[in-house]
Amino acid sequence: MELAFTMLVPVLITAVALCGAARQVDVYDALVCGAGDGLGVLLKIIPPLIGLLTAVAMLRASGALELAAQALAPVLTCLGIPPETVGLLLIRPVSGSAALGVGAELIGTYGPDSTIGRTAAVMLGSTETTFYTIAVYFGASGIRKTRYAVPAALCADLAGFIAAAWAVRVLF
Amino acid sequence: MAMSFIWTGMVAISLLCGLATGRGPAVASAAMEGAASAVELCFHMAGVLCLWMGVMEIMRRAGLIELLSRLLRPLLRRLYPAFAGDQKVMDSISANLSANLLGLGNAATPLGIQAAQLMSRRTPGVASDALCMLVVCNTASIQLIPTTVASVRMAAGSAAPFDILPAVWLASGISVAVGMTAAKLCALLWPDPLRRPLRGVS
Repeated sequence: MELAFTMLVPVLITAVALCGAARQVDVYDALVCGAGDGLGVLLKIIPPLIGLLTAVAMLRASGALELAAQALAPVLTCLGIPPETVGLLLIRPVSGSAALGVGAELIGTYGPDSTIGRTAAVMLGSTETTFYTIAVYFGASGIRKTRYAVPAALCADLAGFIAAAWAVRVLF
Repeated sequence: MAMSFIWTGMVAISLLCGLATGRGPAVASAAMEGAASAVELCFHMAGVLCLWMGVMEIMRRAGLIELLSRLLRPLLRRLYPAFAGDQKVMDSISANLSANLLGLGNAATPLGIQAAQLMSRRTPGVASDALCMLVVCNTASIQLIPTTVASVRMAAGSAAPFDILPAVWLASGISVAVGMTAAKLCALLWPDPLRRPLRGVS
């Protein structure tokens, strides 16, 4: 099983390259173009990450994050969610780059292979920036009456957080 | 604008809380270190993230979105019965889902918006059940390989950055299933503008 995940990256890269070659794609040109676009993405996320990691580092140093975790611990433990991830839960539906900043800080502080680090990673990987997505879709299609879209989407987020914590507990 | 309030709140709370608990100096040094750690994180992520963007560009040019769309279409006709007969809408919905699965967020959003615009024509200004379903499915992440998170884990020195994949699939699956169930249940409580014409529109 472990070998499968170690080999995932080279196997996937090779499979995609072969698939591209079979469909007459200029594979190397596509790779380089895409990697160039990646630099653009990185340049775009650096400024918000600077702002957010500053704020999160300050929150952690001030002890405010611990206080929030303690305050919400009874509810979160009841749902099986590690209280340390409280900041991530609150920011996730609102801002993608903020969630990435908070998640990266958790992963760095507790270690990428710790339970909390893994839970944060799975939470980031299995949920989306709900409010942003709703705003974009309904804004573009001129919808003012959103009916039940927001509560249903938030249900999915909450389920995602609980499921992420549960999956990490069960699988690791 | 919302982020301005959140960010200002975060900094202000840190300062007050730090002073109250006597950790002022720690907050002061954290304020300087946080910014540096952001650049450091991006620096460590850069290689893997760019590599994945390159691999994804190959997938996009190889037409994997179209291939996957064709496979998904029968399933999506069931999920969006109101639009099953509308070829254009089904095309953009299935392409949107495929791009999301492959992690091609930049390609997925315009496709999804196109679907939403076409769907909203039948019920101007009001979200129909089908449109709510589309939005709920897009607010739940269904990316098969969460590359950004994996590169953050790699930057932090993880032994196997991708070992979270089964957990991510499990959590995503549950999240999407709950979202769709919630949408279906809510649909029973809110009358669908597609089925029942709005008052004043005859």
